[in-house]
Amino acid sequence: MPTTPSSQNPSRAEDASDAGGPLLGRKAARVDRLAELMGERDESGHGSGIWRTAFARMRRSPMAITGAVIVVVFVAVALLSPLIAPYSPTSQAWGDEVFPNQNIFVGPRGENWLGLDNLGRDQFSRMVVGARQTLMVGVVATLVGFGAGALLGGAAGAASVLGGRWGRQLDNVVMRVIDMMLALPTLLLAVTVAALVGPSLTTVMIAVGVAQVPVFARLLRGAMISQGNRDYVLAARALGVRKRRIALTHILPNSLGPVIVQSTLTLATAIIDAAALSYLGLGNPDPAFPEWGTMLADAQRFLSSAPQLAVYPALAIIVTALGFTLLGEAMREALDPKLRK
Amino acid sequence: MLRFIVRRLLQLIPTLGGLSILLFVWLQRLPGGPEYALLPDDATSEQRAQLRRSLGLDEPITVQYLAFLRRILQGDLGASLQTGRPVLEEFFTRFPATFELAVTAMLIATAVGIPLGYLAARRRGSVLDFAAVGGSLLGICTPVFFLAFILKVVFAERLGWFPSAFRLSPGISRTDLSGFAVLDGLRTGEFDVVADALAHLVLPGLALASIPLAVIVRMTRASVLEVLEEDYVRTANAKGLHRNTVRTRHVMRNAMLPVVTSIGLLTGSLFAGAVLTESVFAFPGIGSFVYAATQTRDYPVLTGFILLIATMYVFINLLVDISYSLLDPRVRAQ
Repeated sequence: MPTTPSSQNPSRAEDASDAGGPLLGRKAARVDRLAELMGERDESGHGSGIWRTAFARMRRSPMAITGAVIVVVFVAVALLSPLIAPYSPTSQAWGDEVFPNQNIFVGPRGENWLGLDNLGRDQFSRMVVGARQTLMVGVVATLVGFGAGALLGGAAGAASVLGGRWGRQLDNVVMRVIDMMLALPTLLLAVTVAALVGPSLTTVMIAVGVAQVPVFARLLRGAMISQGNRDYVLAARALGVRKRRIALTHILPNSLGPVIVQSTLTLATAIIDAAALSYLGLGNPDPAFPEWGTMLADAQRFLSSAPQLAVYPALAIIVTALGFTLLGEAMREALDPKLRK
Repeated sequence: MLRFIVRRLLQLIPTLGGLSILLFVWLQRLPGGPEYALLPDDATSEQRAQLRRSLGLDEPITVQYLAFLRRILQGDLGASLQTGRPVLEEFFTRFPATFELAVTAMLIATAVGIPLGYLAARRRGSVLDFAAVGGSLLGICTPVFFLAFILKVVFAERLGWFPSAFRLSPGISRTDLSGFAVLDGLRTGEFDVVADALAHLVLPGLALASIPLAVIVRMTRASVLEVLEEDYVRTANAKGLHRNTVRTRHVMRNAMLPVVTSIGLLTGSLFAGAVLTESVFAFPGIGSFVYAATQTRDYPVLTGFILLIATMYVFINLLVDISYSLLDPRVRAQ
């Protein structure tokens, strides 16, 4: 598929279309565009200009504020869940009031703000404690994708910039593998990993994380290559700084911006994908740890008789994912000078 | 032109070869192989060893890979552990159902998404724009299976407007020519079958369309916004071309290129989404089959499904490349 030129520093656009024609190129180009944006810097000598203006722009954007508020509330609830939850999420204290077989459910009331679930557990407590599990799935999955992706992409990027001819060969090989992974729908990748490893919370986190590896890898590599052309890298090389040091302390810190933006968006994807895996029966089978995806999947059975049991976790997932997406999109927009209006 | 196509075809070989290695290594590395899924929990280790032998899992890894590759090239994706029938055959019999569903979803997504995205871009900042962008973000953030369930409960079970499961109602008999219910019905003149099959496609089609629709709206909007800023649009307006001519010939024609590309790109995720949608509506396509495979760790089916989608994806990519090179000679020169 690829006919990558071995020119010194292929421009991002050229590089993307070479990585598999317009179609794959498009998906890749989106990723690369973000990587490229961060390469554009304020050259006036005032330092972190792009972040400061981006932040100023975000403060005026209702999208960013909405996203940030949702994210802050979600994280606060997740972290403080033991203090907020009035009851134990596993206690079946009201088990004698709920009979799913006879369609007898208990809705919201003074004692139980969101009613009881199908086993007579306090739904509100489960939702609150579930926030913590959901946050953990999202964060760990994103870290897995970030970690592995950054390692691959960082190695490829550094090799391409500093490694000479062999480095570019290495970069080429790594990127071909990444492009193949990019060719598979993320959910499908996750489903297969989870189906083959067996259901558990760890599986979900790894599966969802693995699916994000190619995106992070491509992003960091692109950013590093675009940083590689900058004067400070040339200066460091001229001074005889060792290559490893240039890569780790000069290029890498300056290339992390787009990856951080992507992490925000990935958190949303991770939460949704985790829910889908739970629905497929590949989620956490342990009922002691309520998690929104599992709760939603479990509640589907009672959707006609007790829709609220599914609606609460579903709304929670949608709103949280929306929060991360809004924040991530706002960040991306704020950083993109073309969209500045 | 021919040379370009041949070159592109040759470039597929390393990609697909690499994919097969990736897939194979990955399958090998995963613990809890099929001998755990196939045999009861209390099976002895001899029974497990024997099953491994009969599946060829005790051979050296290179031998296993070559055998794997040879079988794939012969179109043999192995036999499904659930049904015992060849995976490819299982896919073929179920393909028409999934294809009809995917086409329905794509038709809904493009027919609604492109005009909506265009209008949102034209009236940037309006209520419509806000609703279109907000709605598409919401669509991306809603789990597909939840949407499918809501559609099923509301429109099938509560309101009874559409059937809630399967491809055809139980009482309907049809002449099966090709497996495509709608096409066969049109050819044989069994219009009751056509209507019934279409009614069964509406709800799963809508659920499956949600993500492509959201993506298409946003892509179209972004693309039209970009083209509207172009100099040639200003020129066209300045030289007094009719508004509609500018809109169709200059704006839409150029803005559609990336959208069409992304439609191709969405096909892969459409099949992944079909796994979630079809299982909710008990729609007898590839998706529900793969859903069942995830439940039983039917690994030949899962491997086969990934290979199928990846191959499809690579070939769609090829077709898009070729059509691009026809549209734009500069691509060929690269």
